[in-house]
Amino acid sequence: MSLHQPAIDVRAISKRFAPDAPLALDAVSLAVPEGEIHGVLGLSGAGKTTLLRCIARLEIPESGNILIAGSDWTSLPAPELCRERGKMGIVFQQLHLLSSRTVEANISLPLELNRRPNAVIKARVAELMQWFRITEKAKNYPAQLSGGQRQRVALARALATNPSVLLADEPTSALDPETRASVLNTLHNIRDQFGVTILIITHDIHSAAAICDEITVLDAGRIAESGSTHQILQSPAAEITKRLMAHNASPQNIDTTLHRSRFEEIGQI
Amino acid sequence: MNSLSELGPAFLEATLQTLAMVSIAVLCCAIFGLLLGSWLAVTSPQGIAPSRGVHQVLAAVVNVSRSIPFLILIVLLLPFTRLLVGTSIGTAAAIVPLVIGGTPYAARLVEAALLDVDPGLIQAMITMGASPVQSVWKAYLPEAIPGLIRAFTVLAITMINFSAMAGAVGGGGLGDLAIRYGYQRFRLDVLILCCIVLIAQVQLIQFAGNFLARKLDRR
Repeated sequence: MSLHQPAIDVRAISKRFAPDAPLALDAVSLAVPEGEIHGVLGLSGAGKTTLLRCIARLEIPESGNILIAGSDWTSLPAPELCRERGKMGIVFQQLHLLSSRTVEANISLPLELNRRPNAVIKARVAELMQWFRITEKAKNYPAQLSGGQRQRVALARALATNPSVLLADEPTSALDPETRASVLNTLHNIRDQFGVTILIITHDIHSAAAICDEITVLDAGRIAESGSTHQILQSPAAEITKRLMAHNASPQNIDTTLHRSRFEEIGQI
Repeated sequence: MNSLSELGPAFLEATLQTLAMVSIAVLCCAIFGLLLGSWLAVTSPQGIAPSRGVHQVLAAVVNVSRSIPFLILIVLLLPFTRLLVGTSIGTAAAIVPLVIGGTPYAARLVEAALLDVDPGLIQAMITMGASPVQSVWKAYLPEAIPGLIRAFTVLAITMINFSAMAGAVGGGGLGDLAIRYGYQRFRLDVLILCCIVLIAQVQLIQFAGNFLARKLDRR
């Protein structure tokens, strides 16, 4: 990957789910430079999840290209795509941990699928469990964990193959304020520690404000506006951004120094 | 006329024959059913590698063999059975139609148990780079274990039922005993005792199945 190539490069993708259906995504482009945290905001039905599914190549866009760490995923044949997938980790909204596998077996899964040697898997899983403070839960099943612990297992699993890109679908929805702050903090630390580029899908403008370097606001499958978090939250240009900010008007208690400083910086939203 | 107690050894033999027939048939049906059922689930429209053509051919084969009444299937399979085991009478011969009749049934049960696994989980597997075979092996099957055990419990009970029918055409086992003594010689006591032993077997299998499924459910 060349130095200035974005880690995630979405080029004018369009997607519709049926020939006569309206466009779910309409010529959406966004580029996330290496090591940045980018937030995709929007109301339900704006196309956020469709965008994430296209980037993850769970859906194939009808036009446009998606480049991940320099390689064009839209045109990759299946066997090569399977190998390339190690470059991307995904944390789904419902986490999708395997209930039949213990914590350590869940984290080792992407490495097993990539046929890494056992010794490598063991070392990597131990390292990740320690980093995410879940070592003592290694032999537990997901059903025996708290919501925050499950989230950490999902993050550890997503990072198992040492990906250059991490996608997170609504990582903070359905979490209590304290757990939410801790998840946001963890995502921020993951970027600093692992240098991974992160794309977060969320409808919660506070979560985005707390950790994103840049934001893209989607409305009805189109980009309403895109730019630095600071700039957009200071002077929102699009109507939908103002609405999103109004919906989330109540001050949130995201209680970390990092986030507080960011909130002070952008003023009370 | 023999008293019930004189028929003791015959009862024991018949019970063991039924158990042997059913266990071998269930084992074979489970193996073939897992293969065929996984294939059905993977190629189904909601599966990981949807293939309309393959799925329809498989579904047609399963449906055709499932729509033939078991008693007729035994008769239709007589030449094949004779070819395979050298005889069309006895316990070994009864296993052939049991496996052929039970496999499509097992396949449908397996397919249903696999499609019960959260599709989101399978999509997560795909994004981790899993091939269809890896998805089946590492996600579908392990996640469906409680469902599969319940499916095989139903299968085992159906096999007991089928094995009694196989008894009617000389297949041995409790069904054979019930027909020869209970029906042809008007021995109501033998008939009832056969039923009691069959009921006990079914209860035991159901109990064991429920227990195992509960024990292995990690959700």
